[in-house]
Amino acid sequence: MKTYFINSIRFVLLILVQVMILNHFEVFGYINPYIYPLLIILLPFNINSIQKLLLAFVLGICIDIFEDSGGIHAAATLVIAYLRPLFLRNAFGLSYDYQTLKFYDAPFRSRLVYVSFMVIIHHVVLFSLEIFSVNHLLYLLEKIVYSSIFSIILIMITLNLIRKNRK
Amino acid sequence: MQQIILFLIKNKTGLVFIILTTIALGLTFQAHTYHNSKLVSSANFISGNVLGTSESVYQYFSLKTQNEILLEENKTLRKRLLNTTLAEDTLQPTLDYITDTLYRIQKAKVISNYYDKIDNYLLIEGGTNDSIKEDLGVITSKGIIGIVIDTSKEFSRVISILNTNTSINAKLKKTNHFGTLTWDGKDPNIMSLVDVPRSAPVNLGDTITTGGRSLIFPEDVPIGIINDFELNENLGYYTISVKLFNDMTNLKHIYVIEDTRKEEAYELLNPSQP
Repeated sequence: MKTYFINSIRFVLLILVQVMILNHFEVFGYINPYIYPLLIILLPFNINSIQKLLLAFVLGICIDIFEDSGGIHAAATLVIAYLRPLFLRNAFGLSYDYQTLKFYDAPFRSRLVYVSFMVIIHHVVLFSLEIFSVNHLLYLLEKIVYSSIFSIILIMITLNLIRKNRK
Repeated sequence: MQQIILFLIKNKTGLVFIILTTIALGLTFQAHTYHNSKLVSSANFISGNVLGTSESVYQYFSLKTQNEILLEENKTLRKRLLNTTLAEDTLQPTLDYITDTLYRIQKAKVISNYYDKIDNYLLIEGGTNDSIKEDLGVITSKGIIGIVIDTSKEFSRVISILNTNTSINAKLKKTNHFGTLTWDGKDPNIMSLVDVPRSAPVNLGDTITTGGRSLIFPEDVPIGIINDFELNENLGYYTISVKLFNDMTNLKHIYVIEDTRKEEAYELLNPSQP
């Protein structure tokens, strides 16, 4: 019950922060950091996979509605939600397999690797679908690389802020 | 049968993933192909109000520049007004006729504006309650913005000229040679005018305005100036790069223009439809 409550609040909060604040950021003209994948990143590790996918879809569609972008955010969020166990296993190794993983007890390096995997795959899917043309390949790469860097930094900072509050 | 059901239960995660991804991709392709897809649209009550609230805060940051833009527009209008009253006696009958009937103008405010994507849309405050309808042109004092494609009671969605799906009829101001205005998805200040015939006298710095060949924009609304051009020798057409007068990244007060002769013209064009 508590997990549902926390995640609903996060859901609303992350969407509001994304559309009301971050979408106004235009660093160097075309870089737009995305924070909302944080919801998928922080979901409990033992969550029912179908619930997880439905949540990812709804989250993505909400962002799409605000940005008038078809279904690109929904598709990108679904992909990272689906691939999340793979990334978790790669980043945290055995402790994920034995279900003993505590996110904040894991070393910083593992957390960074996990977040980077999630954000980069999200941005690759997102921007490929958005640009959707081979003519803009270089532009696509630039957008993926720069936006990923900003999003990863932003999400890592937010993660640390949330932890400080809990202690 | 049992085998199939067992298989489905075993792979339910994968199946849900595939179904949802197909929906998402379907919406994406629809948004890329039909430029007025309405399934996922920000012109609804919730997103309109959320974006409106955040815009009511952000508007304070641009008050100064917006005031400057409005003053500039007032200056131009006042100049035109003072200069027309001099010749009032001779022009009165024709002027009256034109100002009364041709165009209806609504003011509106931009509450969400994207310009860093390939296909951009704007959300404006003002919908069917303010008699804003679909297919009306949106302009500012400096140039054109886009076309209304979806309306709700209080909000409307506008397809920006910075969208690879739009093509707008435009012409050289000096000589009336027509072309099509498109965007390549890169620089929000530069658009390209294609299919201008070889016979047109194209010079750097010439003004481009809307052509009168559509019922969406009036004729001679300024768009931008020529900052580069290239002649395709094989096809005999110019490709002109146009620098917009409008700063598409900084929009606030806009006008929605309705051509009152539009319905009549459509009736003539499609007599079969009711």
